[in-house]
Amino acid sequence: MLSRVAERIYWQARYLERAENTARLLSVFSTLLLDLPPGTKLSWRSLVEITGTDKVFDTKYKQANERNVMRFLLLDNEVSSLLTTLASTRENARTTREIMPLEAFEQINDLYHYARDNAAASLSGGSRHRFLEEIISCCHEISGLMAGSMSRGAAYSFVRLGRSLERADMATRIIDVGSGNLLPEIGTGKKRQEAKEPYENTLWMNILRSLTAYQMYRQHVKHRVNGEDVVRFLLQDDDFPRAATHALTTISKVLVHLPNNTKAAKQVNKTRAIVQRGDINQLLESGLFQYLDDLQIEIATIHGCIADTWFLPHI
Amino acid sequence: MRVNWKTYNSGKFFDEIIASPGHARKPARRLANYLASLTHDQLLEKKRAADLAIKTMGISFTVYSDAGNIDREWPYDIIPRIIAAKEWDQTSLGLQQRLRALNCFINDTYNDQKIFKDKIIPRELVVDSANFRKQCMGINPRFGVWAHICGTDLIKGDDGQFYVLEDNLRVPSGVSYMLENRRVTKRVFPELFEKHSIRPITEYPAQLFDTLAAISPRQSDYPEVVVLTPGVYNSAYFEHSFLAQRMGAELVEGGDLVVEKDKVYMRTIDGLSQVDVVYRRIDDLFLDPKTFRKDSALGVPGIFKSWVKGNVALANAPGAGVADDKIIYTYVPAMIKYYLGEEPLLPNVPSYLCVDKVQRQHVLENLDKLVIKPANESGGYGMLIGPQASKKELAEFARRIKADPRNYMAQPLISLSTVPILGERVVEPRHVDLRPFILQADKTHVTAGGLTRVAMIKGSFVVNSSQGGGSKDTWIVGDS
Repeated sequence: MLSRVAERIYWQARYLERAENTARLLSVFSTLLLDLPPGTKLSWRSLVEITGTDKVFDTKYKQANERNVMRFLLLDNEVSSLLTTLASTRENARTTREIMPLEAFEQINDLYHYARDNAAASLSGGSRHRFLEEIISCCHEISGLMAGSMSRGAAYSFVRLGRSLERADMATRIIDVGSGNLLPEIGTGKKRQEAKEPYENTLWMNILRSLTAYQMYRQHVKHRVNGEDVVRFLLQDDDFPRAATHALTTISKVLVHLPNNTKAAKQVNKTRAIVQRGDINQLLESGLFQYLDDLQIEIATIHGCIADTWFLPHI
Repeated sequence: MRVNWKTYNSGKFFDEIIASPGHARKPARRLANYLASLTHDQLLEKKRAADLAIKTMGISFTVYSDAGNIDREWPYDIIPRIIAAKEWDQTSLGLQQRLRALNCFINDTYNDQKIFKDKIIPRELVVDSANFRKQCMGINPRFGVWAHICGTDLIKGDDGQFYVLEDNLRVPSGVSYMLENRRVTKRVFPELFEKHSIRPITEYPAQLFDTLAAISPRQSDYPEVVVLTPGVYNSAYFEHSFLAQRMGAELVEGGDLVVEKDKVYMRTIDGLSQVDVVYRRIDDLFLDPKTFRKDSALGVPGIFKSWVKGNVALANAPGAGVADDKIIYTYVPAMIKYYLGEEPLLPNVPSYLCVDKVQRQHVLENLDKLVIKPANESGGYGMLIGPQASKKELAEFARRIKADPRNYMAQPLISLSTVPILGERVVEPRHVDLRPFILQADKTHVTAGGLTRVAMIKGSFVVNSSQGGGSKDTWIVGDS
């Protein structure tokens, strides 16, 4: 397989996964905000922060209200809006369509056109909900199509690499939000804890939902929803597809089938060990920020290794 | 309201479907009857379905404009064009004959130059051509074939006879649209395919692959064939990608290829892998900055030398364009007689060479009645349609012809035939041409039909997609 093609397939998968994650994130957080008490620090702005684009946002908008944030994340001509992510997916699919199943391109193309034609009318209310649901469901269809019709050769390996790395990255970003001590102080003493608890549960439940993890968490953790267990599940579970550990394990397994894999494999193992060894209880007390930040750098280094080994040298 | 062939009128032009008001030509009778059984709204509904299919299938081409490059959906008219199988078989023989003669000529030009010595064609006309590549002298590609893929433009005049308008021997495009048009028509009119015996066209990618594999320097069962594209911003990128996919070949850009020890390799995830045949879709001059344009970022440094040494095959071969020149075109009937000893089966459009003093005089005196073409432009650019030109344009072309007579030829304005298209309110006649594709290596193949291009604007003769032309599916229909 051509190095350039490998690179484009990898990015196509990453962008497709990112589009799905963005859509789910917007959908879940829109409902979550309705449930939280006044004074909560979780705001529309948090959404921009999760995607790591707050600096760009600030140059364009004065106020981080619902309309501005939605406009920015859905259709603005910026790096991480849903529409530009889908446009990038399409562009990468368009330039690899001699490799990918024909129907995959057709569906990606359709999805992009649907988003382009409907995003502006879906900035708020019920239409936004329907719009995001449709995007998520189309992304599922495309992933399913690729899973069901692609030989397990190099092309599919790069699909899995891109998708898994994006998932590992997304898991760390979302945990970052939940661990941010976002709830306001309500009441005093023991009452304070009691007053906060239902909101905290809501917050963590929705964090699970934004990674489609709620149902699996309930089945596998068998414990009430609480911060520590949720973080542990999303970071360290080896069976849930969107948990960081599972994503990294997948990457390890895929790498075995690729030539010259030593450097990338080493970096993945290192990252996976950091995730696995994290003492969640202690980290929650001392603050997860630094840990998650370091983790994101390790994940970015995995990408660097993949690019150095298999993609075209950028001259 | 239903389609009414009695009110359909192509005026003085030859219409390929309707012979006289209300009367369809024989091969088109079933189609005409079928269309007349539908209401205009039903046809518009089918058109919408076709437009949607084209959007979904991502059939597009890129238009260059000041506002940036726009990826546009491919323009397609749902009513197929019909050509009788008997007529096509004859045309097809003529096309093969023509390409064989053209390849003899190119090989002769770069080797013995007998045709100049025998004074059939003046030597200077050829070696002064902008497409003559002196670097190619003395090279003998496999089978003596330089132009492996040819797109010949045909038109039908008032007499209903096909004429050759030009031969495209450099990087002719359009074949993917021919194939996709058929795919769309099958989605829109499945019922018509049951009633007609329409020749299939789907074997083209396999024939193209066989043609390319046949010229591989390493004769193995699995030669590495690649399609070299200038990249995603090229107007024909869709086609490059399409053909690579259908052939199961790699689609590469210049940066994917590297030459080491005069062999061509592509960069893959396993390291370097040797390439045998390059179906290049970039112009000669951009192919190799070491041999041709030094500023080319699209090409592959050293690929020309690798070809000269016989380590890689290039299709079409560099320098093949020397026969793709509107001046050399006028000599093709003479070439057929000279090299093959045969009478041309397909006529040229009568032409005047401005380089000849007597003919130039005739051209200058009749500018307002003629079509003036520069030797080397394509896509309909840089030409003058005399009867539609202003006084100022006529004067400008007279000046250009006198300044550089070698670069111009003239033809009478041939009235292109018409076929019906689906308009907003009625079915109306529009002018068409036809680009069949001919392949030559150890064997010769001709597409069943080709790409029909339509001038969508009423009365216009300009069919180029870059200038608002549309397209149609083309059916070669048998008697049964």
